Amino acid sequence: MGTNANTQSSNAHLTTPTRLTGSEILWATLVGEGVTDVFGYPGGAILPAYDALRKFPIRHVLVRHEQGAAHMADGYARASGKVGVAVATSGPGATNLITGIATAMLDSIPIVCITGNVSSKVLGTDAFQEVDITGITLPVTKHNFLVTKTEEVAGVLRQAFQIARSGRPGPVLVDITKDAQQGSAIFDFAAAKPRPYRPHPMLRVEASGLDQAAELIRNAKRPVILAGHGVIESCAMEQVRALAERAQIPVGLTLLGLGGFPASHPLSLGMMGMHGEAWVNHAIQEADLLIACGMRFDDRVTGTPSSYAPKAKKIHIEVDPAEINKNIKVDVALVGDLAEVLEQLLPRISGRNGSDWLRTIEGMKGAVAVRDIKNLPDLGHLYAAHVMHDLWRATGGNAIVVTDVGQHQMWEAQYFHHDQPRTLVTSGGLGTMGFALPAAIGAKIACPDKEVWVIAGDGGFQMTASELATIVQEKIKINIAIINNGYLGMVRQWQEFFYERNYEATPLVSPDFVKLADAHGIAGRAVRTRAEVAAAVEEARSAPGAFLLNFMVEKEDSVYPMIPAGSALHEMIRRPGRDPLEERADDR
Amino acid sequence: MLHTFVAYVEDLPGVLTRVASLFRRLNINISSLTVGRSERPGLSRLTLVCEASSEAGHRIRASLFKLENVVDVDDIAQAPSVTRELALIKVAATGQNRSRIFELAEVFRARIVDLTSESLMIELTGVESKIEGLIEVLREDEGRILEICRSGKMTMRRGHHVSSVLKAMGAAEGETEEKADTASEDSVASGQA
Ligand SMILES: Cc1ncc(C[n+]2csc(CCOP(=O)(O)OP(=O)(O)O)c2C)c(N)n1
Ligand SMILES: [Mg+2]
Repeated sequence: MGTNANTQSSNAHLTTPTRLTGSEILWATLVGEGVTDVFGYPGGAILPAYDALRKFPIRHVLVRHEQGAAHMADGYARASGKVGVAVATSGPGATNLITGIATAMLDSIPIVCITGNVSSKVLGTDAFQEVDITGITLPVTKHNFLVTKTEEVAGVLRQAFQIARSGRPGPVLVDITKDAQQGSAIFDFAAAKPRPYRPHPMLRVEASGLDQAAELIRNAKRPVILAGHGVIESCAMEQVRALAERAQIPVGLTLLGLGGFPASHPLSLGMMGMHGEAWVNHAIQEADLLIACGMRFDDRVTGTPSSYAPKAKKIHIEVDPAEINKNIKVDVALVGDLAEVLEQLLPRISGRNGSDWLRTIEGMKGAVAVRDIKNLPDLGHLYAAHVMHDLWRATGGNAIVVTDVGQHQMWEAQYFHHDQPRTLVTSGGLGTMGFALPAAIGAKIACPDKEVWVIAGDGGFQMTASELATIVQEKIKINIAIINNGYLGMVRQWQEFFYERNYEATPLVSPDFVKLADAHGIAGRAVRTRAEVAAAVEEARSAPGAFLLNFMVEKEDSVYPMIPAGSALHEMIRRPGRDPLEERADDR
Repeated sequence: MLHTFVAYVEDLPGVLTRVASLFRRLNINISSLTVGRSERPGLSRLTLVCEASSEAGHRIRASLFKLENVVDVDDIAQAPSVTRELALIKVAATGQNRSRIFELAEVFRARIVDLTSESLMIELTGVESKIEGLIEVLREDEGRILEICRSGKMTMRRGHHVSSVLKAMGAAEGETEEKADTASEDSVASGQA
């Protein structure tokens, strides 16, 4: 809790080889790797490590559930680009991390999870609180280690950091037995450096491929850039923008790509896929060339693969060779770091007149805009879209928004416009409910000067609501918006569309969230009409401490448009009834 | 189609689990797997055969490379190569029928490596069909085969072929000296499952 006192000796360990305990080596190595904050929960098998913690300049955030620790490390990494660190004890502490580890795995987030384990002498004997956590996490980690010797602690940890952050990033788990923590060894940080990083041997960017890609771009009449999470992870924002502007190519974004290309840019089309804007999906289906940048043609983005973008040649620029031709067959694969590949491609790209195609897309926008919900008549009902839109206006789009999973997540993606990378933190690949609150705590600790908003559903918020106490104990200022529709809304929507409105197990009774916040010493208020939204948002923003807004929204609203799973991109379900209404002046 | 991969993997606890786990995840059955020491200290060489679609080869190889303990992967595909399997077959044989089995062994170029009054053991190397052939004729006599132990396939490309990855790592001999320096670092890096 709080920042631990820095002792003079702690940094000296890094330069002079010194005899330390395994526990001290653990923290000293983290300090050497640049770690300043960790998220964790103690227990018997990790207690030696906790005992040594106070000697090191590392802030430890005590979570309320280890799942929260993994999500906080994840949110920390997504918001800052640094490696997040979670710590847990053996057995149940370790297994509680798993949902968080899998969440990081599916979204390629660099985190290092450190677990204690029983003494090496009793490994494999079903000792108290022993689980085979390296076995259990094998399929959901990029790599994992079991450390049984004190001499190995520093080297393994350093290698874990390298693996987590290199190539396509991902979570790494290091399981350290209690005796390895208690033993002592010479700590030599420099000597414990990992083997040189070996890039994936199948990376391949050949001049012929670059020429072919440039040729396809030159000849394309209806090209679209598909920008994914890789744009942000590779820091390729400038290069993608240069490509789009130079060749006048519109840019569609995946959910995790949002912020990788400015939403306010005239060439931005917005989010593609299952709940993407209709015109983006139409543009993709009509395109004669797709330039996929750091995205993996996920099924939420493609619909049925066989009917996906049937007229388009495809260029795939991607760092993971195992993604090439996995879901969608491509014509040109440039396998390497996105920013580096685009640096090589850009000199081959010259100006291109794209105005006909851009005009065509502009025409589609007029006909099929989803923005109509923003203009639903203000009859005292509060729509989630109103909340997202007004929140975006109020924060100027500068806040870090951390969303949970469900309808509110999609509405945020549709109506909150992200111009900057790392301003949207959301669980895409695993779709983990309960992610938002802990991930936001991690994001705020990584970026203390940023305004941070949680946007969560009434369902998902209750999965990890115990972390409210963490906020208070750590004195963290974050704002929480609960989009309270009384349902597990996204599932209810599927029941409405595909299960004849059989609302089985989706109506949800919740506590009074404002009182729940109050019980933690967190201020809050309920919001019932659009007229109240702006003032409530301001109240939250200007409150000195954390603040919770309970938005009581329309209960049976659905996210439109929607491409049913297994359909083609253009076969979307549109908002029923009324034509798009007149826009309000500030609805853009 | 049948895919054959030859991989060099670190000789550490749990590495085989990681390789096997990858195939389990992809829901691909491993039909044959042979592992043993290689010419490089600290590295095992494995030959893995599996049935998967023709497009799957690229992804399997790329995914194998993503495993931290996998150093090199070769997709043999249709490349000219030599594949061998080893079989030990114990058959019931007494004085009367022994000579017939000796004849069979001769035809198949197999060796008799153990002999007792009631049984004998045949060692046979060759391609799969040859081993199947001997087993088949032995089966013609009900109850004759007592035990079969087959190694799974081992494959090596023909001609002078060294992968770029192994080339970059240097020759196997030169490696020995270098390894001595990095040995401590390597043991530090031991991943386990
Ligand atoms: C841990 C977990 N369990 C179940 C699901 C399936 N699921 C997806 S969205 C959703 C409903 C979410 O409800 P709520 O949090 O109220 O958000 P809303 O959709 O109403 O905005 C459910 C149950 C999930 N994504 N994650
Ligand atoms: Mg809900």
